[in-house]
Amino acid sequence: MAYSLVVNGQMHTVDTPSEMPLLWVLRDSLHMKGTKFGCGIGQCGACTVQLDGAAVRSCQTPMSTVGAKKVVTIEGLSADGSHPLQRAWQELDVPQCGYCQAGQLLTAAALLVKIANPTDAQIDTAMNGNVCRCGTYLRIKEAIHLAANGGRRA
Amino acid sequence: MKVAKTAQLDRRSFLQVTALAGGGVVIGMYVPALAQQGGGPPAQSEWSLAPSTYITVHPDNTFTIIAKNPETGQGIRAALPQIIADEFDVDWSQVKIQQADLHPKYGPQSEGGSRAIPVNYDPMRQIGAGGRLMMLTAAAQTWNVPAGELTTGSGVVTHASSGRTATYASLSARVAAMPAPTVEAVKATYKDPKNFKIIGKPIKGVDNAAIVTGKPAFSIDVEPPGTLFAVFEKCPVFGGKAVSANLDEVKRLPGVKHAFIVDAVAGRGNNFLTSGVAIVADGWWQANNARRTLKVTWDEGPVATQSSVGYAAQAKQLSAQASQPPVAGAPGTALIGDAEAAFKSAAKVVEAEYVFPLLSHAPLEPQNSTAHYTTDGKLEIWSCSQIPALQNPALGAGIDPSQVTMHLVRAGGGFGRRLTSDYDIEVGKIARVVTEERTKAGLPSVPVKLLWSREDDLAHDQYRPSGFHFFKAGLDASGKLVAFRDFVASANSVVPANEFPRGFVANFSVSSAPITPFDIPTGALRAPGTNGVSFVMQSFIDEIAVAAGKDPLQYRLDLLASPVGEAAAAFNASRARGVLEAVRDMSGWNTRSSLPKGTGKGVAFQYAHAGYVAYVVEAAVGADKRININKAWVAIDIGRQIVNPSESTNLVQGAFVEAMSHMMAWEITIDKGRVVQRNFNNYQPTRMAQVPSSIEVKFLQTDFDPTGLGEPALPPAIPAITNAIFAATGVRIRSVPLNTAGYGWV
Repeated sequence: MAYSLVVNGQMHTVDTPSEMPLLWVLRDSLHMKGTKFGCGIGQCGACTVQLDGAAVRSCQTPMSTVGAKKVVTIEGLSADGSHPLQRAWQELDVPQCGYCQAGQLLTAAALLVKIANPTDAQIDTAMNGNVCRCGTYLRIKEAIHLAANGGRRA
Repeated sequence: MKVAKTAQLDRRSFLQVTALAGGGVVIGMYVPALAQQGGGPPAQSEWSLAPSTYITVHPDNTFTIIAKNPETGQGIRAALPQIIADEFDVDWSQVKIQQADLHPKYGPQSEGGSRAIPVNYDPMRQIGAGGRLMMLTAAAQTWNVPAGELTTGSGVVTHASSGRTATYASLSARVAAMPAPTVEAVKATYKDPKNFKIIGKPIKGVDNAAIVTGKPAFSIDVEPPGTLFAVFEKCPVFGGKAVSANLDEVKRLPGVKHAFIVDAVAGRGNNFLTSGVAIVADGWWQANNARRTLKVTWDEGPVATQSSVGYAAQAKQLSAQASQPPVAGAPGTALIGDAEAAFKSAAKVVEAEYVFPLLSHAPLEPQNSTAHYTTDGKLEIWSCSQIPALQNPALGAGIDPSQVTMHLVRAGGGFGRRLTSDYDIEVGKIARVVTEERTKAGLPSVPVKLLWSREDDLAHDQYRPSGFHFFKAGLDASGKLVAFRDFVASANSVVPANEFPRGFVANFSVSSAPITPFDIPTGALRAPGTNGVSFVMQSFIDEIAVAAGKDPLQYRLDLLASPVGEAAAAFNASRARGVLEAVRDMSGWNTRSSLPKGTGKGVAFQYAHAGYVAYVVEAAVGADKRININKAWVAIDIGRQIVNPSESTNLVQGAFVEAMSHMMAWEITIDKGRVVQRNFNNYQPTRMAQVPSSIEVKFLQTDFDPTGLGEPALPPAIPAITNAIFAATGVRIRSVPLNTAGYGWV
């Protein structure tokens, strides 16, 4: 059926089954490839997007539940890659394969809106649902601190 | 890019120089030169002698440098171009990186065995230094001055005494008309490593900006216009075949365009086409969703009777043969001295059984491949294989490999999984059938993207083989190791016939007997020779040290200092001692007795893929078997040059994190011939909160040729953790993963 949804501030209309997950609407209907498929059961976090500011697993978000909620994906985290987290990720050379990093960034961005300067423990809790198979966790954590610190190294 | 003319295609030379229309020059290398140096076959042919394009000098004095190898997250897309750029003497900011397609003119293009740096380090230097030498020669001719008076930097040649400068771009036309220098002349101009400006510097990942902004960077993101999406349902039992399926019902589902049975086709090694059912739809979710309706009648075949429980029971039975010495000289065995006799006269005997399971690789990007089969019988494919080969999609499509064009696309992790290219074979077949069915319907051909689900990935891997090890060691009255025996009940397992302590104990015996039938496909996972063997060998050595009443780290050092025979070829005991001593000093090993109760430090070292690595781990274990790794230290010797310290440190820390998954949670079990684990919910990767606050990495940079890192960094991390658990609790860990014994992370 036809749905209107707002992705990164832009209105789109799609015709999809109501149970189709947002992940596949983004990837295959809107051809926005930044949001990644990793497990399809909400275990890995690669598909994380924000719905009205909350980090959610888009593979577990049927179209019927999106409604008027504003969707933010990695393509819309900033207009030009200048979000403090995007800058910190590059400054610290976080990625290995890089496949999980879009999801990591969306979860981290939601965290920093809630807690401007999170502790290690708060970061661990918030990031628990995002797997990095390459194991870049130490740099992810450092990059979150760096961004929270206004880009200044602690 | 328009190539105007080939000026000096001197086939005796190793460099190729080609002028570009509109200015600029392309500098490449003949593949035989690269192949001969890399140990690969000299694939000399007209095709392989096509101009490679390692360096393109653009008219604006910027440079495009080719990244020849597949990138799976190991950072090679930066590392190899770094070597060229530094010797060429340009600034990294002047360089644009371009991924090479698969082509024989680039020589071997693969990711595996930690071989990229050892194979390519010198050839990449030759290309860069060769280009620089030609620029120097061209400037010397232009100005009629001795080349020795000229210097380079930032892509400019300078004659200091006359104040003249020339950009590389301005010298291009002259360079293109010059004969290429000899390899010897080029090598004589290599930079002194202390003058490196790009090699050895923390150059950032080439695709970082694309990754953090969500640009299509990965194989899964490839979607040429008109692409249809495919799933491929295979029999859950290995070797099973699709007999029939409700294809008509599936084809009526919304969005589904094609559904057909694919028959098995034999191939080479793990690269064969498996029988199954393909479903092709407008979107991947529609194709995958159709599997809920799909009903397949399978011929499960003989493997359906096999199980992990059965393999283990058979291993136990086979262990009765452990005391039979191997036939002298039999392959895959070791027989040095007489271990059985030595056990009889030993003051102390230690025996232990160790086991580690099958593992799946589980790279985060599920297997996928995109191919377009056109009605002229050609196929274009975008692949994330670690060993990309035209033969694979050609096998699937039933065409000659010469009809395939292959693009290399960034992979979301490899870890050895993509050494096998089953997805490339499958997409070749599916793309051809789709095009043929569309042609019959009067429709134009379209590309097809095959994407596996995570469940497909865990169920259809080539698994890291399990290991069943039955050890016995003999010590003399002073605690010295006098005899060492390992018997392996093998399910395609690694048999450690050349492992330490071979060469450092007078009597050393390793043998094996096969578990049969065993028909689970196995393959290489990161550090295939040692990723499990290091756990069992370095744990049992730890047990021996404890039985001897010795410091486990010092016991290893003492053994390494007393060779009594031939060790494995190329094993250098002083380098092994070097990493052990370094990690001892980094980690405060000698003050570990002051650690609180329930906290301990463990050590392990491993020689793997030409590298030497030693870890110390500090772990705390609660009464409830909750484990916290407080900190890890690792000393690494992979030779004199770390090409990219940022990526290298990242790789090592990641290897430790992967080792934590192996140790705690990863196990593939077989029941009725199929994999039990379905998804990450029962194959849990390590998560952030479980990782220690610090994984301290030190590279020793000894005076040996640079070797690879991705693999050697992994294996000894596992026994270092389990040895730390022993130090903390007195409980010896002889089986992984630990969650099956009630352990978990804090």
